Amino acid sequence: MQQIIFFFIRNKNFLLFAVLFLIAISFTIQANSYHTSSFVNSANFLGGGIYSARASVTDYFGLDAENQKLTEENTYLRRQIEQLKLISEVKLDTTITDAPFYFKAAKVINNNYTYSKNNITINKGAKDSIAIDQGVITSQGLVGIVNNTSINYATIQSILNTNSEINAKLKKDNHFGTLVWNTKNPNIVQLKQIPRLAPLVAGDTIVTGGKSTIFPEGILIGTIKDFELTADDSYIVNVQLFNDMTNLKQVYLIKPTQAIEILQLEAETEDAEQ
Amino acid sequence: MQNSEIFQNSIRFIGLALLQVLVLNHINFLGYVNPYLYITFVLLFPFTGNRTLLIFLGFLLGLTIDMFSDTGGIHAAATVLIAYIRPALLKFTFGLSYEYNVIKLNQAPIKERLLYISGMVLIHHLVLFLLETFNISHILLALKSTLFSSIFSILLIFCSIILWGRKRS
Repeated sequence: MQQIIFFFIRNKNFLLFAVLFLIAISFTIQANSYHTSSFVNSANFLGGGIYSARASVTDYFGLDAENQKLTEENTYLRRQIEQLKLISEVKLDTTITDAPFYFKAAKVINNNYTYSKNNITINKGAKDSIAIDQGVITSQGLVGIVNNTSINYATIQSILNTNSEINAKLKKDNHFGTLVWNTKNPNIVQLKQIPRLAPLVAGDTIVTGGKSTIFPEGILIGTIKDFELTADDSYIVNVQLFNDMTNLKQVYLIKPTQAIEILQLEAETEDAEQ
Repeated sequence: MQNSEIFQNSIRFIGLALLQVLVLNHINFLGYVNPYLYITFVLLFPFTGNRTLLIFLGFLLGLTIDMFSDTGGIHAAATVLIAYIRPALLKFTFGLSYEYNVIKLNQAPIKERLLYISGMVLIHHLVLFLLETFNISHILLALKSTLFSSIFSILLIFCSIILWGRKRS
């Protein structure tokens, strides 16, 4: 017994090191698996608080560009309103239905793009009914999916994250693929598993597929930069993003109002088949 | 440790952590190169100080950086490792005498100083980026990041140690 105690005292540094190192590794593994809320994240009181204080200073540096973006978006929305007015005058259909997707604005307070698994922190959290698995976009395109929330803050798994897999398609026809990132360039992502039949042309637009309940169909992603055929007879396409992922300020969260209904239906169907 | 040393190290801990997460993590030189200055805390920790305490503080510092950059536990793992192997590296660079004579890092010969800093930074960055990519097929990417970030970090740490040392003496 005494020997064991002496052993522990003699090797206390090594044992402490080993324990702490293993804890750190387990945090790393936890952070690498999607959908387990990791214990160490910046969506907490301390991290979020310090980052929003920082954002309140650095926000002034990008005001010009941000104004420009908002004006462009306003023009675009106004144009849409006018078009809608035209349609409703003709149809005279006043039935009000719930929009299938509900949008909410938030501000980015921390943005990473140098790691291979990047996360973004925003200044809205569970208090503003932000929940895990809501989609995040900007006026120019796709950003990512919420993967962690606290009361006042939330973190987003950016599309610049090797764990991220998002359904996307060509805008002009319906060839689907999966959007991933090869960690090389923060403004270029890869679309894989596009069938060989697809008529690809550099410069074509890629949009979200609408096969999941997270994103509505047709959210802009980027344009085709180049593509090559892989061994398993499908294309891998380099997509130049519309968004500048290194410079995000204002984002919109998408809350799918009918997701619960769809998921419930799918679960029931699966149960019935078993 | 004396009271003044405890105070000085606490200030250094908080100051370096804030500097790292608020400024240095957002430099992104050439798109992905960031210096990791916060390990200066481990480098400058008193050479005759408590080893167990250093290992624990190293872990805590790494975990703080991880919390802010949403990286799981990679900074904690890398920092706790260099905190543990620091005595071995000190022995290697300064010889056995470091435990008995009080060597100050900014008074040591420049060659030994550079060797000590580069050794610690390279080990830290290598572990950091290997854990960060967490994928054998991206090992070249990890080595590239290690190389570029190390050069940046070594330069910055070397300069800041000289600057701090001068102010105090």
